[in-house]
Amino acid sequence: MTSHVASDFPMIRTVGLTGMLVTFADALSEPSNRATLAFRQRLEALGLDGVLETATSLASVYIRFDPAILDHHRLQARLEEELSTRDWYQQALPPGRRFWRVPTVYGTDLAPQLAEAADAAGMSEAQAIDSLGSARVRVLTIGFAPGQPYLGPLGPEWDLPRQTELTPMVPRGALVLAIRQFVLFSSATPTGWRHVGQTGFMIFRPESEAPFALQAGDELQFEPVSRADFLKLRESDAAMGGAIAEEIPA
Amino acid sequence: MNALKVLKIGPAASVQDGGRPGLLDQGVSRGGAADVLALAEGAALLRQDPGLAALEMGGMGGTFEATAPLRIALTGAPMAATLDGAALAWNASHRIEAGQRLDIGPARRGVYGYLHLGGGIDTEPVLGSRSAHVAAGLGRAVAVGDLLPAGPDAPGETGLTLAAEDRFQGGELRIVESFQSALFPPDVRNRFAETEFTRGSRANRMGVEMLSDGEGFAAAGQLNILSEVIVPGDVQMTGDGKPFVLLREAQTTGGYPRIGTVLPCDLPKVAQAQAGASIRFRWVSLEEGLQIQDAYDRALRALPGDCHPLLRDPADIQDLLSYQLVSGAVSALADPFATGGDT
Repeated sequence: MTSHVASDFPMIRTVGLTGMLVTFADALSEPSNRATLAFRQRLEALGLDGVLETATSLASVYIRFDPAILDHHRLQARLEEELSTRDWYQQALPPGRRFWRVPTVYGTDLAPQLAEAADAAGMSEAQAIDSLGSARVRVLTIGFAPGQPYLGPLGPEWDLPRQTELTPMVPRGALVLAIRQFVLFSSATPTGWRHVGQTGFMIFRPESEAPFALQAGDELQFEPVSRADFLKLRESDAAMGGAIAEEIPA
Repeated sequence: MNALKVLKIGPAASVQDGGRPGLLDQGVSRGGAADVLALAEGAALLRQDPGLAALEMGGMGGTFEATAPLRIALTGAPMAATLDGAALAWNASHRIEAGQRLDIGPARRGVYGYLHLGGGIDTEPVLGSRSAHVAAGLGRAVAVGDLLPAGPDAPGETGLTLAAEDRFQGGELRIVESFQSALFPPDVRNRFAETEFTRGSRANRMGVEMLSDGEGFAAAGQLNILSEVIVPGDVQMTGDGKPFVLLREAQTTGGYPRIGTVLPCDLPKVAQAQAGASIRFRWVSLEEGLQIQDAYDRALRALPGDCHPLLRDPADIQDLLSYQLVSGAVSALADPFATGGDT
């Protein structure tokens, strides 16, 4: 994106025929992601007549609406009014968030690209496991595939580019890394990111009562376990792989 | 249970309805029928709710046997269809009896043909829809041996037909500017609209590739864009500036920039374009786009009133002699010594 002066944000633009996008920044940052989550929550609470759906990406809120009920001018005016009521970049994270601790095996044949990622970050494998395993990351957005979180930010040492080649397939529960973020895969998929960890955490179970485990704003830590312990956990707890959640006090 | 048993089936057949709106924030794109107009046409022909599910057949049909009397309708890409060997009109509704065999061949034009059942296909909904969304891990392709159960169907009329809009050979797609259009310089946007594209060979329910001679259509700063929401109709430029028109089963977010968004009413034309079909894009203003879509939505609601009885000119009926035109008359071709029952 071309560079914008700070005053350009938040920015309201149309999306296709029946959508609007409120963008808080053109690069990922803590405050802009915070603003995104808070603003979407506000829109959901407002329940504007004619709004059909809202969703967040890393730094934007998307609003799909029925222009026969709520036309573009009125929605735009309403969004501008709402944006001006407070400093969205300073808002608290939404309540009802959870903190997940997810047993993760780093490296081994189950996550074969740890060594390569550690090397690219200038660390030994042991240092990489310490660094990644102690990081507490947040669900910045959910997307691309059902229930699948983008998690971050990791420290600047993990600002690794995507691979030029795709890894043909990583399994469900794979923890992959690029550009200071993890993605935890909800299904087996090809990826251009590096497969550094493997979890047994099934974050999307379409047949279950609660098909989506995670919500934007939830926090996660991928705690290192041995390969043997991981396999035992996966067997005894097929859905969660030993992942446990606690409420984060508001 | 009233059902169709699947005896033979093409590789790209799946149950589809209007999809799963409202799960974008959970990373689930809406999905649903590739040609929603065909869904509405089938519902109109059977006098039922357009939200009911039908069988979508990509490129190739199948062979089915009815376990009980059923009403059916055939819409979308025209395919050769026969019932126990007798030709069936496309874009029409028919009654079939228990044990009768329905054969649907390859698409003669277009890509996606639809087989509708009176009462809809009544498979178990998952997350509010019966649509298979294979990329999302929801449902699967229909396979030999499957039963397609029909929902409750009131005895209703059949033998209706509808003049179908020809959307099977490409043509003009109307497109509005969207939030990333300004990333493409004006001369690139103009050249995009002046270019004649053909539908490439890479096409599925997620998106359709557009090929053209000459240079690609690149955005400024293309590789540094944050991933943003994707909506159906978005025309995404890949790294080498080649356009893909994204359909309702595309991923929910993406980092490739999008030059604009094709109007929803023109998306059946994208999904149904055969490889090699010629396609052009025409920019319309947001205001104009809203009017075009509104008129289309009204036409869709009026479809039930556009259905009329399927009257055939006897000269066109190849199986005329199998019709009992006068009660008790004897066919000139019938074997007078046949004892009947096993014709």
